Amino acid sequence: MTAPAGSLLVAEGLRKAYGPTVALDGAEFSIHPGEVVAVMGPSGSGKSTLLHCLAGIVTPDAGTILYDGRDLARMNDAQRSALRRSEFGFVFQFGQLVPELTCVENVALPLRLNGTPRKKAEQTALEWMRRLEVHDLAGKRPGEVSGGQGQRVAVARALVTGPRVLFADEPTGALDSLNGERVMELLTESARSSGTAVVLVTHEARVAAYSDREIVVRDGKSRDMERIV
Amino acid sequence: MCTVVLMSIGHTLLGLLESGPRHGYDLKRAFDEKFGHDRPLHYGQVYSTMSRLLKHGLVEVDGIEAGDGPERKRYAITDAGITDVERWLATPEKPEPYLQSTLYTKVVLALLTHRNAADILDTQRAEHLRSMRILTDRKRKGDLADQLICDHALFHLEADLRWLELTAARLDKLRQAVVSS
Repeated sequence: MTAPAGSLLVAEGLRKAYGPTVALDGAEFSIHPGEVVAVMGPSGSGKSTLLHCLAGIVTPDAGTILYDGRDLARMNDAQRSALRRSEFGFVFQFGQLVPELTCVENVALPLRLNGTPRKKAEQTALEWMRRLEVHDLAGKRPGEVSGGQGQRVAVARALVTGPRVLFADEPTGALDSLNGERVMELLTESARSSGTAVVLVTHEARVAAYSDREIVVRDGKSRDMERIV
Repeated sequence: MCTVVLMSIGHTLLGLLESGPRHGYDLKRAFDEKFGHDRPLHYGQVYSTMSRLLKHGLVEVDGIEAGDGPERKRYAITDAGITDVERWLATPEKPEPYLQSTLYTKVVLALLTHRNAADILDTQRAEHLRSMRILTDRKRKGDLADQLICDHALFHLEADLRWLELTAARLDKLRQAVVSS
């Protein structure tokens, strides 16, 4: 594999089909530590499947994915789960907070699952909530906060373990312009200041404008625009 | 103002010559039909453009017909002309409002001359995003006035980008329409 030097996460020749439907057809990807890369393309182009493969959620039919030099295909389920829990963070469009838990408990959850004691986990969670400007919502439940606030809580939860890669799939898809922008500002600022790479799937140009470069996915094939222009 | 006037008439006429030699009159007719819309080219514009292209070696006279009126020259594109069209098509336009008419011309010409129109759209998308990144960064660091000015530009660029996406999704249909017309 001829990955760009210093890449943290690299994929080459990814193929994935769901029955007769080909979602990925030779897609490639690479990201450096601390870099924000937008994955763009029309609906159904394969961009979410690419994200799921890169994050080890979906196993590709063919191709290679290397994370920090390690081949994802050679890891067992437990190793991949551990990777997702400790080194990867996730933000989706909606429906990701546990409704029964308070916001600070939601943010602290990944740390608790990794064995961090409650008090320490909630202290760290509050620090992240402060960075995302939602610390005053600590005691509220997700149903009591707005969509934009809930999404910032979700970003805090995704970053609380200090992941090296944050996977964000249409993170502002359910928000209005102003809330979406604030989420993107805080998400990219927080990720950049902590050296976290961000794989940002979006079909919105204004969201992609927060990235360092973009990859376009069309019909399951990817194009790295930086290497073309 | 009609955007066709702003774009390069010379390059467009050159592109139209790629399918085969034509008289000035045929060129004007083809231009008006495909790109002129409600602003047809003047004969004077065609002939002055062709003299300029001839002078620069981008076209050559393929034949002259004598008739009742003035002589009718038939023009053919040269290798240098083909290279010039190629370069123009491959160079992204500086993003500005309403540039999609120039882009439309580039896409249609690319389809007519069997070049990769999707490449043109992708290259333009990258150029737009580059501008949007600069504006987004300026907005993040600026005051409210900066934010509003940048937002205005960002929304225009976003509209262009949506048009690029839509056109990319309709390329096959456009190819059929262009080739059959």
